[in-house]
Amino acid sequence: MSAAETRSEEITPPQDLVDTRLVLWYFVAACVFLLISMLGGILMALQLVHWNPLAGLELFSPGRWRMIHTNAVAYGFLANAFLGALHWAVPRLTMHRVASQALSYFIFLAWQAIVLLTAAGVVLGPSFQDQAWVAEASRNLGISMSLGAQGLEWGETPFWIDPVALLGLLLVAVNFMVPIAKAKGPLYVTLWYFMAAFVWTFLTYAMGNLLPEYTVAGTSAGAIGGLFIHDLVGLFVTPLGWGLMYYFVPIMLQRPIWSHGLSLVGFWGLAFFYPLQGIHHFLYTPIPMFLQHGAIISTIAVELVVTTVVINFFGTLWGQGRAFVDNLPIRWFYTGMIYYFLTCLQCSMQVTLTFQKLIHFTDWVVGHAHLVMFGVFSMWLFGVMTYLIPRLLNRPWYSHKLCEWHFWLSAAGVLVMASDLILAGVFQGYFWAALQPWDVSVVASQPFWITRVFAGLAMFGGFLCFLYNFWMTWSARSHV
Amino acid sequence: MFETKAGVLLIGGLGFFGFAFLSNAVVPILMYKDLPEQTAEQVVNDRVLYQFHNLKERYPDQFDKYFALESVRDELAGYDANGDGRLSGEELPRQHASLLPLADADGDQHLAGDELERAASIVRCAQALRLGRQVYIGEGCWHCHSQFVRPVSNESKRWGEVSRTWEYQNELQRPVMFGTRRVGPDLSREGGRRGNDWHTVHFFQPQVVSPNSPMPPYPWLFDAGQDGVKTPDLPNQRGLALITYIQWLGSWLDSYPYYEELQDLEAEAY
Repeated sequence: MSAAETRSEEITPPQDLVDTRLVLWYFVAACVFLLISMLGGILMALQLVHWNPLAGLELFSPGRWRMIHTNAVAYGFLANAFLGALHWAVPRLTMHRVASQALSYFIFLAWQAIVLLTAAGVVLGPSFQDQAWVAEASRNLGISMSLGAQGLEWGETPFWIDPVALLGLLLVAVNFMVPIAKAKGPLYVTLWYFMAAFVWTFLTYAMGNLLPEYTVAGTSAGAIGGLFIHDLVGLFVTPLGWGLMYYFVPIMLQRPIWSHGLSLVGFWGLAFFYPLQGIHHFLYTPIPMFLQHGAIISTIAVELVVTTVVINFFGTLWGQGRAFVDNLPIRWFYTGMIYYFLTCLQCSMQVTLTFQKLIHFTDWVVGHAHLVMFGVFSMWLFGVMTYLIPRLLNRPWYSHKLCEWHFWLSAAGVLVMASDLILAGVFQGYFWAALQPWDVSVVASQPFWITRVFAGLAMFGGFLCFLYNFWMTWSARSHV
Repeated sequence: MFETKAGVLLIGGLGFFGFAFLSNAVVPILMYKDLPEQTAEQVVNDRVLYQFHNLKERYPDQFDKYFALESVRDELAGYDANGDGRLSGEELPRQHASLLPLADADGDQHLAGDELERAASIVRCAQALRLGRQVYIGEGCWHCHSQFVRPVSNESKRWGEVSRTWEYQNELQRPVMFGTRRVGPDLSREGGRRGNDWHTVHFFQPQVVSPNSPMPPYPWLFDAGQDGVKTPDLPNQRGLALITYIQWLGSWLDSYPYYEELQDLEAEAY
């Protein structure tokens, strides 16, 4: 924080540096989409254990809602919560307001429209796919007109939304780059991550949503698809998440980051190795083997980089370990970091060809994905919200106990879910390799899938505690 | 350099991303640039046409309602400008130009008689494949079914030949349907394993033919009968298209094992 502190002596911060109302709005939007996403996840989990109460209803098809589940998390929850946190952190770090308040509100509304239209496209689109005008337009335009999802994970965003989403990402970058460009002197670590993330997110989104659909087919499309899936986590979610950690942790602990040198290693290691890994999602496919080997090596390399970052953060905590118990946001952050280290350690092993033989296509991967997206990044953002909401509303939390429930149900729920699914993956992998009838792997998965339903309900319950707490805190303010 | 705006934006943001894109995306594109990408018409083969015609035999009313072959044949015949009863390359409009080499059985550079019938079938079958793929993606089939056979874990014993690049070099693999998870079996060698009647029942209510399956039912791929009740006998346009697409998967290969019998084969081996 030294850079920002010295700067604050030179410049007096402008009035209304942070638009707190907008931050709050972003958090509300994030919570709404997380609620929808979790309901979609629960529906799919219930389907797998034959308990789906909505079976046979076209608009509640678990197949379509599984895409709502993943897309609402990435673009509805994570993106909104990140944007809210950025509107708090960037002006305070640079001592300059974002480029334009009007633009900020326009982006807010446009982004909600993009997410809602994606959801509408995914749920309603397939029902109209057989209309004559669709085939007609497809012939005339020379493109495949998928009204619903497109066939790439997280790239399901229907094709008619892609250009709008790209424009939105460009405006986001402009809005935040203006205050960053005004800031003088050496940049603090957080801003490295944010700046790079603005470039990477735009490029990643453009690559994944345009190239495999319009330019190349087959194996080459698979290679690009792998890059896209991986970069969306590695170059959009990860840098924004770590940027926020570098910002909030030193503020809350009232001490600078342990080692500036290690921050440099962490950032530049991520920047170099992360974009090279995408193909590890498609090992043993017809993608050239030397590219698969390259992806594996850079994945293992990034694990070393991750270790330096985690060491840096635990070095920062060193001597103030009590904060892990007393300070709830710090507990969210560091629990997330422990999960982050676990998931990256797991990644450096599961990415090898030896592990892949067994666990590819199994629930192992699903468990891993939940540990990353919920156990790390969602938990960090819950920590950020737990820290910021009282400051945005100028009021303490309605109930500290509900905050604790949110933490424990989330942290325990995701750990149970991830361990359960990872173990299920091992069973499935061995049943398949042993050439058991397919049914055997499905029947054997049932106890794991049932456990998963309850782990998911625990995470959902924790989130409901948070929502209720948020609501009561907010409505209490209006009575004052 | 490592802490400046220009360094972060140009080296970290653009430079490293560009390097990764060149090495991981442009390299495979260049490697496969000489492998031509086939259209849906070009990947229609005799095996999938057999299944397509079988759908017409089993569900004649539904089939004629959505994929009438006669109207296309009449349309094609209508292009016969010089009235000699056969179509030459010049007479075919551009959107049907690829049909000539595909349907010209006797190699006389003209389409006539049975060749016209075949051309009409190819047009309709390609249309079904395109729509079927859209349904496959839109309904999220690819989140529970993969489309590639790996060279490890006895997969070629269960499914058949290991997947190779040329199998994916067509417009129906844009983006490629490798898949991410196998809750249900791999489908890249599914074509022809089961009859169309099995598929209609399976899509209507999977547990009837596969009791332990966690697959959801898809009644919206079927029309309602005169009594207003949906039945598996009445697959609608999306249903017929999806079945055609499934029956196409792997139909380009001559054979693959029938993995339900693997247990018997294994028993014999020991």
